[in-house]
Amino acid sequence: MSSSQQRNRREALVSWLLKLSALLSIATTVAIITVLAMESYGFFADVPLSDYLFGTDWSPLIEPASFGVLPLVCGTLMIVIGAALIALPIGLGSAIYLGEYAGPRQRNIIKPVLEVLAGIPTVVYGYLALTLITPALREILGTDNVGVFNAASGAIVVGIMILPMVTSLCDDAIRAVPAGIRHGAHALGATRLEVSTTIVVPSALSGIVASFVLALSRAIGETMAVTLAAGATPSMSFDPLQSIQTMTAYMVQVALGDAPVGTVEYNTIYAVGALLFVITLGMNLIATRVLRRFREVYE
Amino acid sequence: MTTSDLMFDSNLGKRQRRAARFRRLVAGATWSGVVLLAVMLFHIVKEGIGWVDWQFLTSFPSIDAEKAGIKAALAGTIWVIGLTACISIPVGVASAIYLEEYAKPSRLNRLIEVNISNLAGVPSIVYGMLGATIFVRWLHLGQSVLAGALTLSLLILPVIIIASREAIRAVPSSLRQAAFALGATRWQTVSGHVLPAATPGILTGVILALSRSMGETAPLVMMGALTYVAYTPTGITDEFTALPIIIYNWSDRPQQVFHELAAGGIVVLLAVLLAMNAIAVFIRHRSQRNSP
Repeated sequence: MSSSQQRNRREALVSWLLKLSALLSIATTVAIITVLAMESYGFFADVPLSDYLFGTDWSPLIEPASFGVLPLVCGTLMIVIGAALIALPIGLGSAIYLGEYAGPRQRNIIKPVLEVLAGIPTVVYGYLALTLITPALREILGTDNVGVFNAASGAIVVGIMILPMVTSLCDDAIRAVPAGIRHGAHALGATRLEVSTTIVVPSALSGIVASFVLALSRAIGETMAVTLAAGATPSMSFDPLQSIQTMTAYMVQVALGDAPVGTVEYNTIYAVGALLFVITLGMNLIATRVLRRFREVYE
Repeated sequence: MTTSDLMFDSNLGKRQRRAARFRRLVAGATWSGVVLLAVMLFHIVKEGIGWVDWQFLTSFPSIDAEKAGIKAALAGTIWVIGLTACISIPVGVASAIYLEEYAKPSRLNRLIEVNISNLAGVPSIVYGMLGATIFVRWLHLGQSVLAGALTLSLLILPVIIIASREAIRAVPSSLRQAAFALGATRWQTVSGHVLPAATPGILTGVILALSRSMGETAPLVMMGALTYVAYTPTGITDEFTALPIIIYNWSDRPQQVFHELAAGGIVVLLAVLLAMNAIAVFIRHRSQRNSP
């Protein structure tokens, strides 16, 4: 056996190495912020911040270039709203069913299905939007009314994509509600609907709201599905059946395009990326806040 | 309608009918997820299965759809994910050990924890920009396997850390106290007792994280990963393409035949992901059976 001095030295070394690994996560955050700040600094030297944030025309690759980011934000917003309309009600409904109605056998079918849905890569959802959802929409609403690329089909697949996340987070929140208060309500003669809507959902509200915010933040950052399905036309039309462009889709377009590194055209992706990072980080912080501040604590 | 209105509706029949309608509604919402999955998988398999054969797996990409295959993409994915595993597992598990076994409650450690959970919520495309800027441009790694693996490692590190911490936390503290009582040092306790006990849980989390990184497209696209690569990588500095990238490229083409090729690629990708998940489930199941 090694001497105690050797042992102590080894212990100190190991502890130092482990701490170093943990600090890498801080370094990652610092690196993200540094890269986004440094590279978009170059962009904002050429384009005033107010023109960028409040401009309504986004055409950085065409002369005369214009750098108003609002059309991209609008495109992203349409996807998020559409996805929310699908995923939030279905996700919450499923979670209520899982928590209040489903027996263990049904849970054993539904939970793995949700896990598989959550594990499908986003590029696959993009493929499905293009080859399954868009043709179906064009069939139903008419080929003339629906573009080959359209916001609706992107929103639908993004909705399906965030559905498992909403369901499982709401399910966690609902399961955390103690059975005792449910039994109390049942004993007073409430139906299951009344127990769900007046007891369970209000008690789990902080978790439910947090899950909504997290899922929508995920929808904002979603890239491949909307790049493939929703098109590359920055627009403020709010017409879900026509082509739009999201912030993420624009970033992919430039990354795959031939804008030379270091030009204003190329640096736009850092400005857009910085905005995306700030929005999603803000939403994630809000979700954590909601969970901590408004959690109902049961003894 | 306020709570009291709902509770004091004297018409019991109406209330029960409403409850029955609600039950059908939430049941319908739930099973719609199952139906959606079935429809989507059926569509992919119907379109793609005809293309998946030996020739598809062993050919390089081609503008001639009949001759196109995923050899380079499959090899690229194996190289990148393999290297990602080599980088992210040691660092991730080490971070988890530090946070669970070593860290005392301090401001710095609290900051690390909050930071990790926030990193888990950063969109993958932002990691792509980080990789494109730091690894590809500043460190001159180019569009190499190494640059791709480093980027994906940063992306899945928070997932691995969070899963590993849960596995380590689940190890009963009596195990640690027994080791300490016998005079073991902290590292002897961790490496000899805690880690072996936590391995199944860590492994499950790691496999799920790696399968997630295998499907990630946006980070690699942001790095400018290539589409037409007619060779397989022979080292970590070689350029590469990957399965999700070739699927994206084929899906993005207007011709129907390339959409079918994309479906073929998806069938292969999903098969690999399914196999990895099955392994994870198997490990979880076995460890649950063995532990008391």
